[in-house]
Amino acid sequence: MKKIKKIILSVNKLKKTARMNLKSDVMNQFTGQSWVYSDIVKDHFFNPHNLLLKNPKKGDFDSEGEVGSPACGDVMKMWIKIDKKNDKIKNLKWKTFGCASAIAATSMFSVMVTEKGGMKIEKALKIKPQDIIKRLGGLPERKIHCSVLCDKAFRKALNNYFRQSGQIQRIIIESGRIIDKRLNITDKDIEEAVLEGARTVEDLQKKLKVGVGDKEAIPETEQLLRFYYEKYYGKEN
Amino acid sequence: MKNNQPKRIYLDNAAATSTDPEILQVMLPYFGGVFGNPSALHLDGRVVKNALFESRKKVANILNAEAGEIIFCGSGTESDNLAIFGMGRFYKNQGRHLVSTNIEHHAVLNSLQHLQKKENFTVTLVPVKKNGIVSKEEILKNIKPETILISVMYANNEIGTIQPIKEITDIIRKWKKENERGVNDPPFFHTDACQAAGYLDLDVKKLGVDLMTLNGSKIYGPKGVGVLYIRRGIHLEPIIFGGGQEMNLRSGTENLAAVVGFSKALELVQKNKNKENARIKKLQKYFFQQILKNIPRVVVNGDLTNRLPNNVNVSILGIEGEAALLCLDEKGISTSTGSACDSARLEPSHVILALGQSYEYAHGSLRFSMSKCTTKKDIDYTIRILKDVVEKLRKISSIKVGGKENNKLNKKAFLSGGLPHWERKK
Repeated sequence: MKKIKKIILSVNKLKKTARMNLKSDVMNQFTGQSWVYSDIVKDHFFNPHNLLLKNPKKGDFDSEGEVGSPACGDVMKMWIKIDKKNDKIKNLKWKTFGCASAIAATSMFSVMVTEKGGMKIEKALKIKPQDIIKRLGGLPERKIHCSVLCDKAFRKALNNYFRQSGQIQRIIIESGRIIDKRLNITDKDIEEAVLEGARTVEDLQKKLKVGVGDKEAIPETEQLLRFYYEKYYGKEN
Repeated sequence: MKNNQPKRIYLDNAAATSTDPEILQVMLPYFGGVFGNPSALHLDGRVVKNALFESRKKVANILNAEAGEIIFCGSGTESDNLAIFGMGRFYKNQGRHLVSTNIEHHAVLNSLQHLQKKENFTVTLVPVKKNGIVSKEEILKNIKPETILISVMYANNEIGTIQPIKEITDIIRKWKKENERGVNDPPFFHTDACQAAGYLDLDVKKLGVDLMTLNGSKIYGPKGVGVLYIRRGIHLEPIIFGGGQEMNLRSGTENLAAVVGFSKALELVQKNKNKENARIKKLQKYFFQQILKNIPRVVVNGDLTNRLPNNVNVSILGIEGEAALLCLDEKGISTSTGSACDSARLEPSHVILALGQSYEYAHGSLRFSMSKCTTKKDIDYTIRILKDVVEKLRKISSIKVGGKENNKLNKKAFLSGGLPHWERKK
């Protein structure tokens, strides 16, 4: 029995070192920390900032935007209030049905655009998923494409605001974001393919080979396909 | 002992159980003084060979089989692979059709898929009913003259549903008789009993199975060891070649420590089965009651009666499983989820989807799998924490699933025939 106790003690020691130094899939590729996510992600996941917990009253916000699909596991909804005089983001609230990285990324984004008295709209529009991930101290690569939806929700909310306030010339037309890293295929390419008649991912793959070398591109390709289809041909019945 | 970490409540025993100290003890000599190669003729070898034989006999006795029908290999997955590839390749001249269910473990599903894609077999996956149980009639309907193997798991790893193995093998025997097939003619029947080993009867004669998979890490034994029972008279093509160990079916020096540990583990778990089943069944009932009582909008996944007594699997609507898992982990509770966000391939659980539920249900599914160490106190604590976690995540959530809303498969979410990327690739 003494032997067993010794082994159990060594097991505890093993657990302790594992906690400090886990070299496996769960290791964060940017920080080397043993949790799946960085400490900043963890903090924003457990204590998210700028959550909308009550239904908004009329006038609380200027506009809202929603992206994602519950079937994919992530839906993002965002509300914004604009400081019209200074063209700044005065307030930004959000809600999400999503995993830990989706919650943390949106929380971080909301902090970024509202801190220090609010960010200029032009500047806020330049925030890329990579900027959010950097401030979060990294995200596991496979989680990036599906969980960083906040910049898209934000653009949607902002476009709604521009439309409502008659600033038609400011409406952002999405362009040139690389979707398939292997073949440098952008959302613009996908949009064109949809306009040329692509209706399924298979159609897109025939035309563009999107997602053939870069499997990670497929979920986003799917979302874009749906987005452009609805944009140009209306909702499916 | 100084320990700053709070006590952890481990409810992921369907993934791996803790190793029983008693089993650890019987394994220890094989990491030290007893080290010979069982294939060697000298005394050091003979000692180990004897231990290997004793272990084989022990397992055979529990299974009501002969020692010569027990093959030790490296894992449950390897055992499943050997059964499927081995059988497919040996009997391919008598037929190339394989039957299984749509809730099997990936060790079975991906092996079948490989045979279909690369070796010109056809595979029929019989869908389970809404309660996660396959009907024998559905299996029978899919048996063709060219069917050589039918593989149905004994109990499911995610939702714990117990499949009617005896009924299925009876019906196969009847089919064989009517079609003038002998016992040693295909089709044969394989069952993956990894999850069942700790709780159900493993008598292969009573069950009527031809092949059965077991492994060590679900029964308080070591990882890295599996068993394939192969009824006498059945042939398999090996998938590993070398020195001809394990009746030529699994070359490679046997992992003696693990083999000895496995046979001890199987012996203990089967000996204590009845007593432990009665205890844990009560806990399971309590667990379900408490979840349904304390948390609104919860759906139980899988049949409640024909179910492993250690398994609790629910879909908590409107929350995402990975987020819930991490919140529970933070509070010291280990569980698992069928959410796509938790898997390396970002695919939701095929088992929850097989129940006819929508993707949202899979994303919100949580599995709690108990062990002989689980107590009522653990469950009370888990429920208390879970209640807070669910409340918090629902507050954050931008959608509302279930309740009045339509919970049918949401086809509109995807283009291309209403199917998402993980469904279409096949």
